[in-house]
Amino acid sequence: MENFWQVMNQHLDEIVAVILFGVGFTTLLLHRNLIKKILGLNIMDTAVYLFLASLGYVEGRTAPILTDGITSAEKYINPVPSGLVLTGIVVSVSVSALMLALTIRLYRRYHTLDFDQITLMMKGEDD
Amino acid sequence: MTNRNDPPKNRFVGWLMGEENPLDDELELIVSTSQQEGRDVLSLEEAERQEEAEELRREKLAIDEKSQSVRIHSWAKHQGAHWLETLYRIAAVVLCGAIIFFLMTTVVALPPFGAENNPYNNEVSQRYIEQGIPETGAVNFVAGMILDYRAFDTFGESTVLFVASCGVIFLLKLNDHSSGKPSRAMLEAEYDDRHHEPKNDGILQFAAKLLTPVILLFGFYIVLNGHLSPGGGFSGGAVMGAGLILYLTAFGFEDTRRFFTYKMTRWISCLPLLCYAGMKSYSFFTGANHIPGGVPLGTPGAILSSGFILPLNICVGFIVMCTMYTFYALFRKGGM
Amino acid sequence: MNAFGMIVLVFLVICAIATSVSKNLLVSVVIFMAYSVLMSIVWMMLESPDLAITEAAVGAGVTSLLFFITLKKIHAIRGDEEEDHHDEQE
Repeated sequence: MENFWQVMNQHLDEIVAVILFGVGFTTLLLHRNLIKKILGLNIMDTAVYLFLASLGYVEGRTAPILTDGITSAEKYINPVPSGLVLTGIVVSVSVSALMLALTIRLYRRYHTLDFDQITLMMKGEDD
Repeated sequence: MTNRNDPPKNRFVGWLMGEENPLDDELELIVSTSQQEGRDVLSLEEAERQEEAEELRREKLAIDEKSQSVRIHSWAKHQGAHWLETLYRIAAVVLCGAIIFFLMTTVVALPPFGAENNPYNNEVSQRYIEQGIPETGAVNFVAGMILDYRAFDTFGESTVLFVASCGVIFLLKLNDHSSGKPSRAMLEAEYDDRHHEPKNDGILQFAAKLLTPVILLFGFYIVLNGHLSPGGGFSGGAVMGAGLILYLTAFGFEDTRRFFTYKMTRWISCLPLLCYAGMKSYSFFTGANHIPGGVPLGTPGAILSSGFILPLNICVGFIVMCTMYTFYALFRKGGM
Repeated sequence: MNAFGMIVLVFLVICAIATSVSKNLLVSVVIFMAYSVLMSIVWMMLESPDLAITEAAVGAGVTSLLFFITLKKIHAIRGDEEEDHHDEQE
């Protein structure tokens, strides 16, 4: 039991990231509403970013901005994951905007957000 | 004619023994004669009757088939869909549980969180921090990294934003008629917009009047200080876009169009992208590996320092601002 | 990791689950906004202020705005004259 708590304490951020990923993926799979699916995808995105950023964190160091003129690697956390995640956050917003635009188009055509109904209607159009 | 009443077993035994069945020829003969006779006299009626019977049989078969297929379809529609749905849900939950389980076991085996000698804190980040100031001149190491060492990556990302806004324009923009008059969909969207949005709301307009300049100024400050403090083009651009969106929500499209039109948005999104490409091409052309000859780096910590990072930040900020505003305006009305 | 960090992480998970479970779409989007704000606090605790600013401006601000305007376009917000019946079934 003690071992379990030790592991939890050592990996709390990563474990939370994995749980968030699972929650997002479940939302994506189980909900038929397209808006809910997009929300689930966004949660998955942030979970991945949380995992990446938590890898770069070092206990007791400060943010990667020059303070007091010290340029030693022992004072700052790893800046590489921060740069990667910064890129990712902005890409994820453009992806969700594109998905929402497609959702609006689908709604204008089929007047529903239910994915199954949309598929059925699309099949009916083909026949 | 005793053979006719014989039990079949005996007949079979007889056939096995090699006896000839006297009925065989007789029956055949009778059938053939009756057919031959009928062909002459009753052929027409018989044929008609047979056809009718055949048709009836076929119709009955078709009806049977149809009813069966209807039954199957209705089963598939009601119970089958239900079963499939349940099966899908169970499979989804099991899949998610499996993924979480495997990821969890992997995560627990990673080196402890926040330790100093983790393998990811290797010479790459050390180099970025220790050589960052002399090579890029940026006090904020993250800005120095994404806009100098990895500026090509950021260029690709700005292009992603640009392409996303193009995609939204393709999907949602309502086109004018070729004659120049607004189309019916446009008029409907205009009416819908005016009907649903707050119109001349006093509190909102007062708050927007006070806040919009402050928000825009703050966003521009974040963009300009990107190489000195946290922030940079992406966050500052998003803040500026949010300020524009606030103004648009409070005052509507007519007032916003006075200073921010569709044509201007196009220019503001395309020009910074070209500027970015030009600056980075110059940087690559002059050596890329920090051979002197480009732009002077200046003293670290001053606002006019760190070479190309400041103009690149401004470019990225304008691209992000226009993208955010384009998203909002097109989502709301299908135009600007 | 201190107690505050643990509380924020637990709230993060609760917000994610509530986003998924909530019946009303508007409520889920508002909870997602809260999730983004909590995420920006987590970035601050992970010593990445760049990410905190970007997440607060982009995730909590612009993404939620886009979701709201989409919900309005598809008439899922209550109070519109055209109630959407498909969303009530959801």
